Amino acid sequence: MKKIFILEDLDCANCAAKIENGINELDCVNKASVTFMTKKLVLEADEDKMDKAIEEATKIVKKIEPDVVMKAK
Amino acid sequence: MIKTLTKKMKRQLRDILVAAVVFLVGILLPKFMYVNGNIKLVIFLIAYIAIGRDIVKKAGKNILSGQIFDENFLMSIATIGAFLIGDYAEGVTVMLFYQVGEFFQNYAVERSRNSITELMDIYPEYANLKEGDTIRQIDPDEAEIGNIIVIKPGEKVPLDCKVLKGSTTLDTKALTGESVPREVEVGDTLISGCINLNGVVEAEVLKEFGESTVSKILDLVENATSKKAEAENFITKFAKYYTPVVVMSAALLAVIPSLIFGEWSTWIYRALSFLVISCPCALVISVPLSFFGGIGGASKFGVLIKGSNYLEALAQTEIAVFDKTGTLTKGTFRVKEIKNNKLYSEDELIEYAAYVESYSNHPIAEALMNAYGKEIDSTKVQNVEEIAGHGVKATIDGNEVYAGNNKLMRKLNLDFEEMTVAGTMVHIAINGEYAGCIIIADQVKEDSKLAIDSLKKAGVKQIVMLTGDSKLAGEAVAKELGIDTVYTELLPSDKVDKVEELFSKKSDSGKLVFVGDGINDAPVLARADIGIAMGGLGSDAAIEAADVVIMTDEPSKIAKAIRLSKKTLGIVKQNIVFAIGIKIFVLVLAAIGFASMWAAIFADVGVSVIAILNAMRALKIEK
Repeated sequence: MKKIFILEDLDCANCAAKIENGINELDCVNKASVTFMTKKLVLEADEDKMDKAIEEATKIVKKIEPDVVMKAK
Repeated sequence: MIKTLTKKMKRQLRDILVAAVVFLVGILLPKFMYVNGNIKLVIFLIAYIAIGRDIVKKAGKNILSGQIFDENFLMSIATIGAFLIGDYAEGVTVMLFYQVGEFFQNYAVERSRNSITELMDIYPEYANLKEGDTIRQIDPDEAEIGNIIVIKPGEKVPLDCKVLKGSTTLDTKALTGESVPREVEVGDTLISGCINLNGVVEAEVLKEFGESTVSKILDLVENATSKKAEAENFITKFAKYYTPVVVMSAALLAVIPSLIFGEWSTWIYRALSFLVISCPCALVISVPLSFFGGIGGASKFGVLIKGSNYLEALAQTEIAVFDKTGTLTKGTFRVKEIKNNKLYSEDELIEYAAYVESYSNHPIAEALMNAYGKEIDSTKVQNVEEIAGHGVKATIDGNEVYAGNNKLMRKLNLDFEEMTVAGTMVHIAINGEYAGCIIIADQVKEDSKLAIDSLKKAGVKQIVMLTGDSKLAGEAVAKELGIDTVYTELLPSDKVDKVEELFSKKSDSGKLVFVGDGINDAPVLARADIGIAMGGLGSDAAIEAADVVIMTDEPSKIAKAIRLSKKTLGIVKQNIVFAIGIKIFVLVLAAIGFASMWAAIFADVGVSVIAILNAMRALKIEK
């Protein structure tokens, strides 16, 4: 399944790329893409792993850009 | 300006102002009175804490989580270093300058985000669901197929739906770039994203929100930049080598000259400048932003481009291949010429022809009916008889009328002029005498000639037309439009072969563009470097099959898109050359000691801001 999040206060393009790579390396995530211009994170994971994927992705976002807040759309 | 700031940016601005004031106090105070060195340190420290605390904090956090050498770390090291060697003012100004640059960068990014989302201001916030006599506002997402919704003047059409009651005019500008409103009445389909201008209509939902035109278009435009252009891949690769190389050089610059000449602090300072310049931000932001702007700009005039790669490729169009029917011509038949003889007037001939064909729903009959333009009184028509492969026969007001092709006239043994024309001929015979003939042909779009001319002007080397039509009809259209090469009487599968043939003729870097209506040319659309579908509004097939969708029926927009593509690529190249150029220039200056930390910060943040502003030009389109 697919879920879309808004990364509020995402203001650095390089960090957006780092976040995307970081989340893509997670085992519980099938695919992730971050679009800097729309501040959108599209997260794809299996249904049973979705909660874990969201939790792990939030951690990565916090780690790379502590100011960014990840909100479900 | 203040209104568009995000919370974070407002805080940033406040910090900048506070630090600037305290800093000025620190600079000016010694000019009026004696200030003890410790007091000076305290004043500058206050300014530094106001402006730099976030950066230092972030640097600390990042080191703990294993990320060294980011901008925050570099700025902290550089400024704390300045404090340690006693140059307090330098420490504060560097941080201040950096933050001002960051602020402008954020502001520019925020502005461009806003102008892009404004472009895509077609997202409907709600739908008015009608249940019995009550109307309730719901999220368009909640609506189901078959629901009845009410759309009032000034509201956006939230979902693709069909009018049940009422009539109105729609503003389709946001979707098509077309400023003439579209009239709709009962039975017509409404496309989501249009704005209802005057009437109240009740409509039945045809598609769920996710499947509706508006969400498909938004999805497409927003995700277009995920298909990366070559220029973007170049930047990613460049950034991968650039940063480590600069960091390595910085390390060498700090150590080697110091070992030879001594003066560690000078060389370390220069090395720190190197590190500040090392961020490839200007490139990483501005290149995708230019493409995003270009895609946004194209959507403003009703052209959807499905990826940065296609926008980039359009500039290299070498061969443009057009399908004829529905692309260069309207695909609707019209009476083109009436050849009457002395017996009947033109109007009479059309009237008889319209009556005799009035029971048929063939496109030819429709064209005749349109040309006649009056109601058909069906009581006048009797004994309608279809003569397969030849035409029709009927009795109209007691007159025996035949309408049909050459074969029919020969069969009736009539004396008539046999000719070949670009189109379909309908001969008419009334009461056993030849009365004349009506030529019906597909019409060239008003815009087609302009489309071909402007493509040639835009530097497209060869323009080709493919058609399943007769040689005569095809060549007539090609001649009218000034198309160099025509292939006629093609079966759908022949079209792919012809495109393959053209591929072998083009140069390696040139691109082959195919333009069709997206209905039955999917294989060719897919085979071409760039498949362009016309008339996308309301046609899901076209939106899905093509790489570029033209929402209206105007082929001239292709040349416009090519020009936009060239402009966008120009901006991208300027940014790449400018950003890399300035960075290398300042790196050299810093190495030989001519660039201060200020120049280094300019090479980092200042260049980003200028590159972003330049990138935003891609969004502006010619009128």
